[in-house]
Amino acid sequence: MEFIISILAGILFATAIYNLLQKQLLRIIIGTLLLSHGAHLFILTMGELKRGNPPILTEGVSNYTDPLPQALILTSIVISFGITSLLLVLAYRTATENETDNMEQLRGNDNE
Amino acid sequence: MNNLAVLPIITPLIAGIILAFFPKKLQWVRPLSKIFILINLAIAGLLIWTVFSDGTIILETGGWKAPYGIVLVADKLAAILVFTTNIVAAACAFYAPHSLTDRKERYYFYSFFFFLISGVSGAFLTGDLFNMFVFFEVLLMASYALIVLGGDKVQLRESIKYVFINLFSSMLFVTAVAFIYGAVGTVNMAQIAQRVQEADQQGILTTVGILLFFVFAVKAALFPLYYWMPHSYAVPNPVISALFGALLTKVGIYSIIRVFSLIFVHKSGMTHELFIWIAGLSMIFGVIGALSTNNIKLIIAYNIIPAIGFILMGVGVLNEYSISGSIYYLIHDMLIKASLFLLIGTVVYATGTSDLRKFSGLIHYYPFLGWLLFISGFVLAGIPPFSGFIGKLLLLKGALASREIAIVIVGLLSSLLILYSIMKIFINGFWGEKDESIKRISLKGRMAPIVVLLALSIFIGVGAEFIYPFIESVSADLLQPEIYIDAVLKE
Repeated sequence: MEFIISILAGILFATAIYNLLQKQLLRIIIGTLLLSHGAHLFILTMGELKRGNPPILTEGVSNYTDPLPQALILTSIVISFGITSLLLVLAYRTATENETDNMEQLRGNDNE
Repeated sequence: MNNLAVLPIITPLIAGIILAFFPKKLQWVRPLSKIFILINLAIAGLLIWTVFSDGTIILETGGWKAPYGIVLVADKLAAILVFTTNIVAAACAFYAPHSLTDRKERYYFYSFFFFLISGVSGAFLTGDLFNMFVFFEVLLMASYALIVLGGDKVQLRESIKYVFINLFSSMLFVTAVAFIYGAVGTVNMAQIAQRVQEADQQGILTTVGILLFFVFAVKAALFPLYYWMPHSYAVPNPVISALFGALLTKVGIYSIIRVFSLIFVHKSGMTHELFIWIAGLSMIFGVIGALSTNNIKLIIAYNIIPAIGFILMGVGVLNEYSISGSIYYLIHDMLIKASLFLLIGTVVYATGTSDLRKFSGLIHYYPFLGWLLFISGFVLAGIPPFSGFIGKLLLLKGALASREIAIVIVGLLSSLLILYSIMKIFINGFWGEKDESIKRISLKGRMAPIVVLLALSIFIGVGAEFIYPFIESVSADLLQPEIYIDAVLKE
């Protein structure tokens, strides 16, 4: 199971990088989104994927699920959710103010 | 167990929340923010006092024992940096009302300012790698809001790049934490250090170390990952540039110091040797950038890169002198970069342009401003007896002790060019023919914060005899990771 999820995370990373290298603002944002999904799946995989075990260690229970990755992912999901919404607004404002959403044209050296 | 360690994080957080309730009432917000930042400065002062007299403060949040819960570790390095952060922040808080328009101040400037301070202090104080990521995000979130404050065309254009690059490196940070968690099964820095030591830092661990270095290098703007930094630091208001230039890149380099003096120290032939190269290239490319432009804001922004290079060089060499030098230089650079950004902000305010070719003879109108800039150029470049000199002397002494001659030469040459890049502003802008088109305007209130910052950075140079023993004890602690590990895990 870990094997499949790792490959899935890898595919997400690859598509994310592809999208990050595009010129359109919206595509880059999609790239960052996919990147965060890949990273989150990756954390989950690192804690071993098991089913049906309690996330606690009590006396007598030797088979338990690691609860830490879930806590880490939850924090990270909230953060990337917040940043993505901020990014969408920022991209919208940038595109309207500069009248383009093409990164090539947003390069700009006119303030040097 | 002492709650003092969490106060520098909590106080600005509360201050930011309180100020968010009435952002439009500037007559209340301004004095309140000054009071809050002074309270926080006093707390940081108390923290540094307690840490240096009683030793490291460990706070296990929620009473969870060390490797399981989140720990806050106020060791000597963290305490010094939190204190310096608060000095810079206080200067910026006093400068802000003069520099920002009322409209910008109303758009929650002070709230975001306090959230930024909270995030920076948190990143310094935390003893948990994932928690460090969270505090990075806190400070980045505040910085995203501050960098677009005002919403100019240029500002939006540069800040979107800033957000993209930081978001990318944050996601890599999460991935690196996942790798570490998978490899050693913990995110507590002391326990990671312990387990990496037990595993003798084999293959995969060094790779993860390099990945972490990449993340921090992006935040710290090191070669070849600095291209996003100069323009995005030059576009916002000077007081925001000063905060960014003095604090944000320094958080990145602090993380490198911490991680590569505590955790990944066992294969220094591979990692630390690389750092020396990157440090040298950062110095060279940073000064080339600073010399290439006539925009005075960009000159200062580019000067951040060689400074970070100097600090990294100390980590790369990793002996007692070089680490002391790095810490000395880090503190010096936080103070002097803030004062330079504020000075340049004042020059731009006085002339109405940031293009060096468009004004000259400013010394006839603003002699005091001119001489302040002259002195800060000397302090930055490290002319004895100023603070940059002490830091560089220690760094170069350390490098010579480890027989790294090439980096010493690069360091000395780049210092010379740094001096030239600042003197260029002085020679072209302040000397020369008297420009009749400039009208003398009052700079009331703007000078005091700059003078205080500059006086402090001169003091840490001239008063080196007094400061150095403290720095030496910090570096002695850093070079023995066991001290940190034992303090956190209490074995």
